[in-house]
Amino acid sequence: MSVIYIMLTVSIIVAIIFFVAFIFAVKNGQFDDSYTPSVRMLFEDELVKEKSNKSILTKKD
Amino acid sequence: MEHHTCFHCGLDATNSEIIFDEKSFCCNGCKTVYEIFSENDLTCYYDLQQAPGSTPKEIEGKYNFLDNEKIVEKLLEFNDGKTQIITLYIPHIHCSSCIWVLENLSKIHPSVSFSMVNFGKKNVRITYNSETLSLKNLVILLNSIGYEPFISLDDYSPSKKIIDRSLIYKLGFAGFAFGNVMFLSFPEYFEVNEFWLEQYKPLFRWLMFSYSIPVVFYSAQEYFISAYKGLRSKILNIDVPIALGILVLFIRSSLEIIYDIGPGFFDSLTGLIFFLLLGRLFQQKTYSFLSFERDYKSYFPIGITKILPNGKEESVQVYDIEKGDRLLIRNEELIPVDCILIKGKAHIDYSFVTGEAKAVTKKSGDKLFAGGKQLHGIIEVDVLKSVEQSYLTQLWSNDVFKTDKEESFTSITNSISKYFTIAILSIAIISTSFWLFTESSKALNVFTAILIIACPCALALSAPFTFGNILRILGTKKFYLKNASVIEQLAKIDTIIFDKTGTITSNKNSNINYEGTNLSDEEALILKSTLRGSNHPLSRALYELLNDHNIVSLDNYQEYIGQGIAGQYKETQIKIGSAPFVGYTNENTSLNTIVHVSTNNTYRGKFTFYNAYRKGLSHLFNKLKKEFDLVILSGDNEGEKENLTKLLPGKTKLLFNQKPEDKLEYIKYHQSEGAHVLMIGDGLNDAGALAQSNVGIAISENVNVFSPACDAILDASKFNQLDRYIKLSKTAIIIIKWSFALSFMYNIIGLYFAITGQLSPVFAAILMPLSSISVVVFTTLSTNMAGRKLK
Repeated sequence: MSVIYIMLTVSIIVAIIFFVAFIFAVKNGQFDDSYTPSVRMLFEDELVKEKSNKSILTKKD
Repeated sequence: MEHHTCFHCGLDATNSEIIFDEKSFCCNGCKTVYEIFSENDLTCYYDLQQAPGSTPKEIEGKYNFLDNEKIVEKLLEFNDGKTQIITLYIPHIHCSSCIWVLENLSKIHPSVSFSMVNFGKKNVRITYNSETLSLKNLVILLNSIGYEPFISLDDYSPSKKIIDRSLIYKLGFAGFAFGNVMFLSFPEYFEVNEFWLEQYKPLFRWLMFSYSIPVVFYSAQEYFISAYKGLRSKILNIDVPIALGILVLFIRSSLEIIYDIGPGFFDSLTGLIFFLLLGRLFQQKTYSFLSFERDYKSYFPIGITKILPNGKEESVQVYDIEKGDRLLIRNEELIPVDCILIKGKAHIDYSFVTGEAKAVTKKSGDKLFAGGKQLHGIIEVDVLKSVEQSYLTQLWSNDVFKTDKEESFTSITNSISKYFTIAILSIAIISTSFWLFTESSKALNVFTAILIIACPCALALSAPFTFGNILRILGTKKFYLKNASVIEQLAKIDTIIFDKTGTITSNKNSNINYEGTNLSDEEALILKSTLRGSNHPLSRALYELLNDHNIVSLDNYQEYIGQGIAGQYKETQIKIGSAPFVGYTNENTSLNTIVHVSTNNTYRGKFTFYNAYRKGLSHLFNKLKKEFDLVILSGDNEGEKENLTKLLPGKTKLLFNQKPEDKLEYIKYHQSEGAHVLMIGDGLNDAGALAQSNVGIAISENVNVFSPACDAILDASKFNQLDRYIKLSKTAIIIIKWSFALSFMYNIIGLYFAITGQLSPVFAAILMPLSSISVVVFTTLSTNMAGRKLK
C-alpha cells in the first residue's frame, strides 16, 4: 500500500505543473486581454495569400 | 437619384459621384484607403464588417514632432537602433475588421514585422524596422488607412504603468489549494474507519496543512493588512471579522492536527478565501479603454512647432517651451501655453476650458490662454508662461486632486460590520462563559467554532457581487463607472449640479432662428454660396443649417476678419456679419450670438444662435425635481437664462459666469452644509468641480476621446436616462440589504450548531460554500431583474 506515496507524489507534481503553467500564462499577459484572441482565432480563413508578385506589396511607402 | 452609402465609411455618398471598382465613396480619402487595401489584397476588411472604415484626416505637419528623437525615444517601448516597438492608442478601433487589418499591417508595409491589437484597450503594439520606416512615417501610414493614433502629453510620462496581476495570482493559488484540500479531506467526510485510510490520515492532514499555509499568508494577506489598518484607525471594518475568522480557522485546524484531535477545517478555510477573492475579482470590473484619471496632460500635444530666430521651424517638446519663444500653431492644434497672438487669424475654441460654446476671434496682440484650440489656419504666437504656470494647468494644483474620494467614505458593508463584529464577539464570550461553567472542556471548542462559523463570508460577498453586476449592467447601457463605491455614493445623492455648455446642451448642433424680411430664393442661394467660402465657425454652422440649394460660383467674394463676409453674384450684393458691418445701427445689446444679413445695402434680418438642448432635458428635470435639488452652474454668459427658465422646472437654480474655481467652491460650500452633490460636466473647466463633488459624472459624445477626471462617464445619448440610473443604484442598496438578511440567516443556523458545540468539519464545509453561493445567486438574479427595467 505504500504505493500511495508514489501516487500522491505524482498527483502533486501534476498539479504543480499545471499551477506553474498558470503562473507563466498570467506572467506573459495571457489574462490581460480576454477579448481580442476570441476574435483573432476566427481570422484563419481570411489570411492573406502570399502573392508571387512582391512588387505590389511594397508599392506603398 | 439612387441612394448610395460610402463603401468604406458608410456615410452618405449619393452626391459625391466618386465611383471606383463599381463602388461608391463619399470622398477621395475613403477611396484612397480602399485603393491601398485592394492593392495589397486586404479587401477582406470589408467582408468582416460593413463599412468599417473612417475617413483619413488631413495631418500635414501635425506629426512633425515625431522627428524629434528625444520625444520618439520616450514613446518607444523598445529600441535597439534597428528594431523598435511601440504601443499606440487608436480610438477608431471598434470592430473585428479593425483587428484584422491592423494585424495585417505587415502586408501594407514590409518594414512592419509584427502588430498585435488589444481590443479592450483600443491599442496596437507594432514592431517595425526603424531603418526603413520612421515612427513618423508609421503614424502617417496608420492615418492613411483611417487609423489615426492618439498621442498626448500623457504618453510622455516617464514611468509606464505596471499591470497589477497580484489578485489573479492570489486567486489562482487559493483555487489550486482549495481543490487539492477538498480531495484530501474527502475520506474524512465519510468517517469510514477503513484501515488504510486511518493509516494515512496524518499524511493527508499534513498535506492539507502545507497547502493552506501560502493561502493564509499570501492569498489572504490583504484581509490582514486591511483589518490591521482598520483597527489602528479604530474602525471595525468588514475585514476585521474576516481576518479573525481566517486566523482562528487556521490556528484551531493546525492545533487539531498537531494533537491529532480531528481533521481541522482546512477545506473551509481555503474555500472561504477562494470565494472572497472571487468576489474581489468580480467587483474589479474595469473599462480598460476608458481613463478616469485624466488631467490636462491627456489633452495636450507632446510636441509643438517652434520658430527659431533665424526663421527655421523646429519641433520641441511641450515642457521645453520657455517664455519668449515663438510658436507656430496649426489648424486644429491645441495651444499648450498662455501666449500673445502675433500673426494670423485666430479662431479659438475654448469650450474645453471655459465652457463657452462659440469660438472666439482674436486679433494680433490679444492674449490667448492655454487649452484653446485653433480652428482655422495657421497662427504664430509668443509664449508668456511655461506649461505648468499657465492659467488652466494651475487648476490642478488645487488640493482636491490629491485626495482620494474612496478612502473618506464608509461603505455600507463596513457600516454594518461594526455591529456585526461586536455582536459576534459578545455571543462568543457569553456562550464560552456558559460552557465554562457547565462543561469546561468544550468551552474553547465553542469559542473558536463561533468565530469560524460567523466569519462573514456571505456578508462580505453581498456588496461585491451586487455592485459588480450593476457595474456591468450600466456598462452595457453606456454608463461607465470608475468603481463600485460610486454606486453607493450615487444612491445617497440629494443635489444635482449641471454644467451648461456641452452637458445639457449638445455640442453637435445649435438652433438658429431667423428674424427679418424673407429672402427670395435667389438671395438664399447667394447667401449659401457666400457662406460656403468662409471657414468661420458661425458660417459653417449656418451653412449646415440652410436647406439644400445648388451652389453658384460667385462673381466676387471677400472676407473681412472680425467683421464678416461679402459676396456678389450678378446684380446682387450680399453682406453677412456683425451689425456695423452690414450697416445695421439700432441693435439692442444681446448676449446671444447673432449674424446679420443685408443685400444691396438694405438690411434684411438676423440669424440668432441658440443652444440646442439635449433631447428629453425638460422631461428629465421634471422627473428629478421631486427628489433632488437641481442647480445649473454655467461658465457661459446669461444669454440663455430666459430660455432655460422656460424649459426647466421653477425651482432650478441658475448661476452664470462661473469660473472653474467658483464651481469648485460652490460645491464645497454645499457639502459643508451636508449636501451630497452629484456634478455633471464635460470639459476641463469642470474638472475641479467633478473632483470636489461626491460623484462626478462626465458627459461625453464620444466616450473614447475626451473626458476630464471623474467617477463615471456617461454617453451623451443616454443623458435622458440619468434618473433611471440613479434609481438603479438605490435598488442596488436595497438588494444588498436583503442579501445581508439572507447571510444573517445562515449565520444564525451556523451559530446554533456552534453554540451547542456540534460544529463538525463536514457541516462547516457544506454551510460556508452554500451560504456564499446562494448569496451570489440571489444578488445576480435580483440585479439582473432590476437592470431589465432600463432601456
